Amino acid sequence: MAKNQNLLQVENLELHFRTTNGVVQAVDGVSFALENHSSVVVLGESGCGKTSFAKAILRLLPRNVHKYSGKVIFEGKDVMTFTDEDFRRNVRWVGMSMVPQAALNSLNPVMRIGDQVAEPAMIHHSMDRDEAWSVASRMVQHVGVPSDFLRRYPFELSGGMRQRAAIAMALVTLPSLIILDEPTSALDLLTQANIMNVLKRIKEEFGTSYILITHDIATSSELAENVAVMYAGQIVEVSDARRFFTEPLHPYSQKLMASVPRVRGGTEPEFITGTPPSLLNPPTGCRFKDRCMQRFEKCDEEPPVIDADGILVKCWLYGEE
Amino acid sequence: MAEMMDLQDAPSVDANGDGSKSLLKVKDLRVWFELRRFGFGHAGYVKAVDGVNFDLPHGDAIAIVGESGCGKSSLMKTILGLNIPTEGTIQFEDQVVSDLDPKGLQEFRSSQIGYVQQDPFGALPPFMNVRRILEEPLIVGGISDKEERLKIIRKSMNEVRLIPADDYLDKFPHQMSGGQQQRVVIARAMIRNPKLIVADEPVSMLDASVRVEILRLLRGLQEAHNLSVIYITHDLSTVRYFSEHIFVMYAGKIIEKAPVEDLLQKPKHPYTLALLAATSDPDYENALTFKEVPPGEPPSLVNPPSGCHFHPRCSEWIKGLCEVKEPPDFEPEPDHIVACWLFEEKQDV
Repeated sequence: MAKNQNLLQVENLELHFRTTNGVVQAVDGVSFALENHSSVVVLGESGCGKTSFAKAILRLLPRNVHKYSGKVIFEGKDVMTFTDEDFRRNVRWVGMSMVPQAALNSLNPVMRIGDQVAEPAMIHHSMDRDEAWSVASRMVQHVGVPSDFLRRYPFELSGGMRQRAAIAMALVTLPSLIILDEPTSALDLLTQANIMNVLKRIKEEFGTSYILITHDIATSSELAENVAVMYAGQIVEVSDARRFFTEPLHPYSQKLMASVPRVRGGTEPEFITGTPPSLLNPPTGCRFKDRCMQRFEKCDEEPPVIDADGILVKCWLYGEE
Repeated sequence: MAEMMDLQDAPSVDANGDGSKSLLKVKDLRVWFELRRFGFGHAGYVKAVDGVNFDLPHGDAIAIVGESGCGKSSLMKTILGLNIPTEGTIQFEDQVVSDLDPKGLQEFRSSQIGYVQQDPFGALPPFMNVRRILEEPLIVGGISDKEERLKIIRKSMNEVRLIPADDYLDKFPHQMSGGQQQRVVIARAMIRNPKLIVADEPVSMLDASVRVEILRLLRGLQEAHNLSVIYITHDLSTVRYFSEHIFVMYAGKIIEKAPVEDLLQKPKHPYTLALLAATSDPDYENALTFKEVPPGEPPSLVNPPSGCHFHPRCSEWIKGLCEVKEPPDFEPEPDHIVACWLFEEKQDV
């Protein structure tokens, strides 16, 4: 790991929200690292804090933030110390950008596709409109949108085309990291496969790194080099894809993998009993313990992150004793 | 599970005895929606369903697989009696659905068919608690005794495993998780002991860990009550755990029908092949390769391509045939029907 400089390193990141019911600990002490030119899939069920995690990295915060702390080291700089204005100028879009969830609805309905795709280039690379449009035109063709679509409005495009436009927008400033939040969950099967192909090609050509946030394990394997599993605001396992998809370590990851229905191969999928804990008042100790089949006394204490042969896992089962 | 709800069957059509062959017969069904220019001039049709035939036997589960816009929802709505067929018939036991008067249709819909919606939160009225939601169909069904209704509600909540029922009776939809909401939707669909359940993507909005649970629940109910189920989905990976037959739909037509394992192991139609190739299983090797995806997008149903609707995207199309003549149903193997010219001669051999 040391040979390759980390593109992104997150240390003990916390993001808590204030709500009328109390403090929601959406991201609670997350640490992980992403190497240059690589990709990580963040897997988790709805409500586990994975979107908040993405937003915490990009500092796209709502107003009711209660606590936002930790370290985000991006390209060697601790960007958490940046002021909001510095962050906007030098990090967001320039260094890393995001394809938001439901990109279908994230496009401005009254702006032409071309203006929307070109806008980040005009603002961050101070290009004039014509120049930015020509860059935009190159980018949309790259993701498989005919360049005459630039003159159209979002409602004139199909779901897959809009999703591609949103990807082109994130790509137009050539950032080194793109955060993809459920980029294909609203799309059809063949369109999904197409978008995944596009993302793979971009990765090869531009060397872009990805953080892919999703609950769709099967599709995520298309883009996975590393896998991080999130549960109740915490990362419980970080593994490389090859090992994760064959033998996950954390009991939650094992259950999650076992719940995936497969087209090929005939194992019956299982389900996980119980529901994830509320993030308002997460249980002490291991947060998965109430649903875990392998629970023992130690689980009442918070498990440390244990290095089991290069796989980081937050579970007492792998503690050296 | 105990059969305590016999009185429920009383208002239904008494054609149960002789209907041993099929519950639902769809014959040459076409559902076209007229497009109008400026509100009156005729501007063509959206051919949402264009010549669909199938039989659904009692107690069978079928899955209809297709991408959005292929007409599967229109087909479903026509079966529920919400669309009027342009041509062809839907026969439910001995009754042609489109012949029913509005009152008969309402009775048919509420007592014979249960409908499980895609988005449970959207399907449940936010201002009603579970008791009210489940009571409604019983009131419509004319059960006037309050105690009786509560008894039926408790029993069906037990069946969908909302246990103990008392914990849930007074909850509102927003107080429950997605999986629990979907259970309420299923309980509501089942509460009048219908013979057919139409489930429109019942698990696509749920988390992976809950999906399997809900599918198993549906399967268990189907077997326990000898229900027929039409399961509409775009997800081929969940189909094998649920149904006996798969119908693949493309641009308003069913292009392949086969038993589940047959279709997954030996798909025939090029479109089905593409769908299967695009469905990933979790495997790290996926990241190393590109997927084969047919070019283009599903056609507009206003002006679908001539001949076989799939030919512009098909890699194996036969020039001079596929774009001219619509392929009829071929049966290259018993019980495996495919509408594709590639299988023409294989039938003669």
